[in-house]
Amino acid sequence: MKIFLKVIVFSLITIGFFAGFSNFGVPRIEPAPPPEEAELDLGAMTMDRFIALGGEIYNGKGTCTLCHNALGRAPLLDKTATVAAARLKDARYKGAAKNAEEYLYESLVKPSVFVTAGFGKAGTNDTESPMPDVSGGAIGLKEAELKAVVAYLQDLAGAEVTVSIPTGLGQTQTKEASAPAAAPRPPAKDAPTLLAQFTCTACHKVKGQGGVLGPDLSKIGATRDKNYLRRAILDPNAEITKGFVPTMPPNYGEQMYAKEVEMLVDYLAGLK
Amino acid sequence: MKKILWLAVLAAALLGPCLDLPGIESPLAVAADSSTAAAPAHPPAPKLTAADYPRIAGVNSRVFVWLAAQLHLWFAAFVLAVPIFVFIIEAIGMATRDKRYDELAYEFIKVSLTAYSFTAILGGLLAFGLLIFYPHLFQYLASIFKESMFYYALLFFAESACLYIYYYGWHWLQGGFKKWTHLTLGLLLNAVGTVLMFLANAWTTFMMSPAGVDAQGVFSGDAWAAIHNFLWNPINLHRTIANVAYGGSVVGAYAAFKFLSATAKEQRAHYDWMGYTANFIAIAALLPLPFAGYYLTAEIYAYSQQMGITSMGGIFAWLFIIQAVLIGALFLSANYYLWCGMGRSDGAARYNRYIKYLAIVIVGAFLVWFTPHTLILTNAELKALGGPYHKYLGPLGIMPAKNGAVNLMIIMTTLSFLLYRRANKIATVAWANTGNAIQVALFTAGIANILFISIYHGYFTNTVYKVASSIPQVLTTLIIIVASTVIDFLMYRGAKQVAPLHWGRVPDRAQYALFLLAVAFTWLMGLMGYIRSGLRQHWHVYGVFRDASADAFTPTLGYAANVVTGATIVFMALVIFVFWLSQVSGRKTPPSGYWKEQPA
Repeated sequence: MKIFLKVIVFSLITIGFFAGFSNFGVPRIEPAPPPEEAELDLGAMTMDRFIALGGEIYNGKGTCTLCHNALGRAPLLDKTATVAAARLKDARYKGAAKNAEEYLYESLVKPSVFVTAGFGKAGTNDTESPMPDVSGGAIGLKEAELKAVVAYLQDLAGAEVTVSIPTGLGQTQTKEASAPAAAPRPPAKDAPTLLAQFTCTACHKVKGQGGVLGPDLSKIGATRDKNYLRRAILDPNAEITKGFVPTMPPNYGEQMYAKEVEMLVDYLAGLK
Repeated sequence: MKKILWLAVLAAALLGPCLDLPGIESPLAVAADSSTAAAPAHPPAPKLTAADYPRIAGVNSRVFVWLAAQLHLWFAAFVLAVPIFVFIIEAIGMATRDKRYDELAYEFIKVSLTAYSFTAILGGLLAFGLLIFYPHLFQYLASIFKESMFYYALLFFAESACLYIYYYGWHWLQGGFKKWTHLTLGLLLNAVGTVLMFLANAWTTFMMSPAGVDAQGVFSGDAWAAIHNFLWNPINLHRTIANVAYGGSVVGAYAAFKFLSATAKEQRAHYDWMGYTANFIAIAALLPLPFAGYYLTAEIYAYSQQMGITSMGGIFAWLFIIQAVLIGALFLSANYYLWCGMGRSDGAARYNRYIKYLAIVIVGAFLVWFTPHTLILTNAELKALGGPYHKYLGPLGIMPAKNGAVNLMIIMTTLSFLLYRRANKIATVAWANTGNAIQVALFTAGIANILFISIYHGYFTNTVYKVASSIPQVLTTLIIIVASTVIDFLMYRGAKQVAPLHWGRVPDRAQYALFLLAVAFTWLMGLMGYIRSGLRQHWHVYGVFRDASADAFTPTLGYAANVVTGATIVFMALVIFVFWLSQVSGRKTPPSGYWKEQPA
């Protein structure tokens, strides 16, 4: 009986160690909740917001950055919209797109129509892409979401955004909907709104909330001055924080009003 | 035609109440309605809401099904593993004509009987759990796998028949042709058991990598396509090897307990020998297991990059750190047991000085495997460190470093085995020195190759090559294992013994290494069950049938570890009960004065 108890105690201690290590030896991370099936309200959407929505999908629901990042699993997409014309003329191109917008859309739903050299499935000689059709399966992007991603990719590359915001309500509404897109965007009323509009927290933590792809900004004002912060917004690749990869879009200077940039710099400098 | 329609309507009326569930159109209902609309032969996967999941107050549906599934899997693994183990032991006994093997095999098949009942009971509990709490999922799966589920149930009769005849006929089917008949029955028992496991694997892997259905989950009617889905074979291979290792570890723990309890020298010698044999089988299966794991992971990536990255990134990245601790514990305890076991041999002193180097490399490899990549830090710590990675330790956190480490760990375990094997022997072949030199060259070149591949490809090439570089590393390790074992076998054929092996001359603490092995294996299986299932995230059937229940979220690692811990304790208690029952059956109490004396 004594041996039995000794063995039981030894086994329980072993199990307790495994359980204790799992609870206290590794960081406690709350997994993201399942994505909500929300209806998009496209009626009142501006083109800037539509592009920002594309960015949110690109970094979130679309799971694009799982592979399209600096780690080299899939090609970076920051210039794809500008090289689309060359791709369409490439002998390896197997699709039916006639312009950059159609090419980008086609790449999302039929990724194998053109596979960047070196990124094909093993053994297929770059004729088959490992990327899934993002309109189906576990990702399941809807038509409007696909178009938003295309708009985001065009904007990311600094190309003209040719996508029109879909309404699903007919041609008249489409035109009406696209009309305000051409109108100037009203400036954000405060820095948190601006951060939300430009989906900064998709990559950065602010006040403890947000992503981890970029440096945590929750106490950035304690270590960085305003000049540094201004440059980090306008020219993010000028200096990359150690341990991070250069994934921040370089064109915020063209998208934000000067007043907004200063408002954001003041706000970040105050985070201590 | 009209008659057929009437029959269909009649059948639907009779069976409809059994099959119909709110929100799901049953195939029969669809057939009956074919006069009004050209409905598809199979309905799409249902789109559910939280209201479609029945609840019982005070019962957490997911945890109930989780516990039932995990306990069922452990017992199933045990009752599948023990016959494999018993078959091997019986065959060795027949080949060597050593009766000890036959007695050992019988001792274990006896345990299988009670464990078999538990497997069936827990399987029933799991099926009821699914029917009660996840009826729509169960019906959807049954509509696709109805044939295989039906034959699965029938195969249980075959499995039971084989097991009972194999066990009860053990002493009847002895000697000559009868013994061969008995061994054949053992083979049949294993074959049926393996087919059963493969069928159940098909249902599980279909939920991970559905095949034979379209994007909406509409079944094409090709049942084989659904069974032969993308991850079926990788899981079949992984589970088969793991079962052998697991069976060996549980048997080893049993032998260890009997060794510690034994007072007679002969008994200690017997159970020491049993523990060694069980550990040998467990480790022989453990060595190729990481390769089967690589294969499975590579296939997960090939099926879905998103699923592959989910498995290795985010929350699950930390799970692999826990896994590293467990596998490190497995390797360390297995090696420690071997090193302690060298005390049985008078000739082992020649090799004792090498043990510390093996220990250093294994512990070093374990630490590399254990090192995380990205650290979760406070702002001040982040600032002090200069980023989320440590300057020197950070590079050890990436997968290529871990690939190299695990291969080294496997090679060192192989070396431990070889040293143990030759500890009591003196080679008599003329080419013994040449053989030793070849083995030294083989290990040196292999280790150099693994280090070069893991460092060069791991740090100086892109991700595609980093991942692909695991294959030559694995091949190098396999070549070392096979070639060195073959050379050793040939070199020590007809070798002189230093002295007879002293079975039972092993410290008690070595037996605790066997307990650690069994407990770590059990807990690890539970943990990996969590990730295998968790990879589906918020999908019942990945990308096809969404989980809309209140429990659709992925639980945290700590929560999962607590469920696994609870399940492990229940499982251990049941296994102790099973072993106790097998002992009770052999005990007899003389009921003096209880029965009425019968006149002669």
